[in-house]
Amino acid sequence: MERTSGTERMSGTERTGSATRTSTATRTSTATRTSGAGPLRLVAVSAGLSKPSSTRLLADRLAEATSRELAVEDRKAEVEIVELRDLAVEIANHLVTGFPAPVLSAALEAVTGADGLIVVSPVFAGSYSGLFKSFFDLIEPDALTGTPVLLAATGGTARHSLVVEHAMRPLFSYLHALTLPTAVFAATDDWGAGADAYAGGLPARIDRAGGEFAGLLRGLTRATNGDVGESDEVVPFEHLLANLK
Amino acid sequence: MQFGIFSVGDVTPDPTTGRTPTEHERIKAMVAIARKAEEVGLDVFATGEHHNPPFVPSSPTTMLGYIAATTERLILSTSTTLITTNDPVKIAEDFAMLQHLADGRVDLMMGRGNTGPVYPWFGEDIRQGIPLAIEKYALLHKLWREDVVDWEGKFRTPLQGFTSTPRPLDGTPPFVWHGSIRSPEIAEQAAYYGDGFFANNIFWPKEHFQKLISLYRKRYAHYGHGTPEQAIVGLGGQAFIRKNSQDAVREFRPYFDNAPVYGHGPSLEDFTEQTPLVVGSPQEVIEKTLAFRDSFGDYQRQLFLMDHAGLPLKTVLEQLDLLGEEVVPVLRKEFAALRPAGVPDGPVHPAAVTSVKEEV
Repeated sequence: MERTSGTERMSGTERTGSATRTSTATRTSTATRTSGAGPLRLVAVSAGLSKPSSTRLLADRLAEATSRELAVEDRKAEVEIVELRDLAVEIANHLVTGFPAPVLSAALEAVTGADGLIVVSPVFAGSYSGLFKSFFDLIEPDALTGTPVLLAATGGTARHSLVVEHAMRPLFSYLHALTLPTAVFAATDDWGAGADAYAGGLPARIDRAGGEFAGLLRGLTRATNGDVGESDEVVPFEHLLANLK
Repeated sequence: MQFGIFSVGDVTPDPTTGRTPTEHERIKAMVAIARKAEEVGLDVFATGEHHNPPFVPSSPTTMLGYIAATTERLILSTSTTLITTNDPVKIAEDFAMLQHLADGRVDLMMGRGNTGPVYPWFGEDIRQGIPLAIEKYALLHKLWREDVVDWEGKFRTPLQGFTSTPRPLDGTPPFVWHGSIRSPEIAEQAAYYGDGFFANNIFWPKEHFQKLISLYRKRYAHYGHGTPEQAIVGLGGQAFIRKNSQDAVREFRPYFDNAPVYGHGPSLEDFTEQTPLVVGSPQEVIEKTLAFRDSFGDYQRQLFLMDHAGLPLKTVLEQLDLLGEEVVPVLRKEFAALRPAGVPDGPVHPAAVTSVKEEV
């Protein structure tokens, strides 16, 4: 874990491979989404490359703000962080071979099984990073349909802030995800005094996004995704034939 | 249980010498490899179908017909025949003809191919891949079983009073496998007809195929063809064999590192751990192949990919000697000993039963 974060850490943090999991309950690795009473599965994907990374820090802060807001109404959240840096070689190998190594497979399952997804990329060459895009290129086209997504990015200056609108939002629209209208961009300055200190600065924007995201998560019931199925999920062959008519 | 080889038919430079065989050399090499398969006691030779370089086998029944004339026991098959872009009428005719010439030593595997542009090249729409596979196979199935066919569909001009000739040998059509690496619809299709299901699992981890095969087995029983354990399953495999494990790894590594499909990606060690590829001694190949049964249940056909990635013909023929002499005889014995009564053998046309050697 990075120790640079000035925030209090959530309790029960354990490190498993490339995914840092903060959980209030034991979690199985199944990709089916929860509905109703159980804790919400919140997965934050960070494409930050340095260690420590401000991209990861923003992901942590957003997950924390969302969890805190959910807790106000007694909804528990399990937070899992997916660090793409640790999966970089496996992501490239998947692009080449067409299948994921076990550690990447677990990360993909976590992301597609999430009740809420926080995605954070550094800005590279005016857009999300190539690693960030390569990871989401590996997601099945329908696997994020209806998944609530909070968009966030980090960059050197506030002049990049529309990357969340012009690059990230179209990507998740393509994936039929449900993006929260509020997105968060953190420039380097924002970690200090900040360019918009008069409006409360980055902490206020993180809190607002976390609050709105928690509201979205509370209000939603979820559609199931189409995994390679058991027999009760298969389309009977008579229907496949009849559909040709 | 049947053992054999399947060839992609790629023309790939040998990374250790830089030399690329000519198409003529590669085509003749495929024939030599098929004949060697019979000589070393394998049961099946299957060829891919491709319509773009660097692959040579665009005309499978021409090649298989030639091989049929120079072999006596070998079952000739495909891996795969493109049901989506070929005319089912022509498939019906070509394979029935081949079946007669080969005295029944013919089956085939339906597939949708892995090269997107083949669809537009043959006037089809890739977005219709599954509906094409379903409709065209339904017609092929009918053409081999009904002497006079009236048919109308979405993807082909209608037929009125059409008879596909020659009729299947002794009234029994070639056995059909359906190959798929990801579509439950194709597993469902194979189950519906009581056909075989082939999982070419060579590039992917087994968990993915366990789902597809278990779906196929369940649906095979659902459609009343037998128990799930009696469903007809085939698997791919991939091996490079030397007497000594270290020699196998040393010799195969440059071919692996530069292979068209997985080269320049994961390490040989990671890939052998995560997929069915085995590079090592005959004993290691035996152990890894026997483990397939633990993952997928008793199955009927095992095909190995042996002749790709620029391996020279001489090496491939040596590989087949090792496969046929040191690996397959042990596998036949072990699999037969483990197989419960009631699980069927690999499919053989009645006319070919006497020529195709069946073990135990």
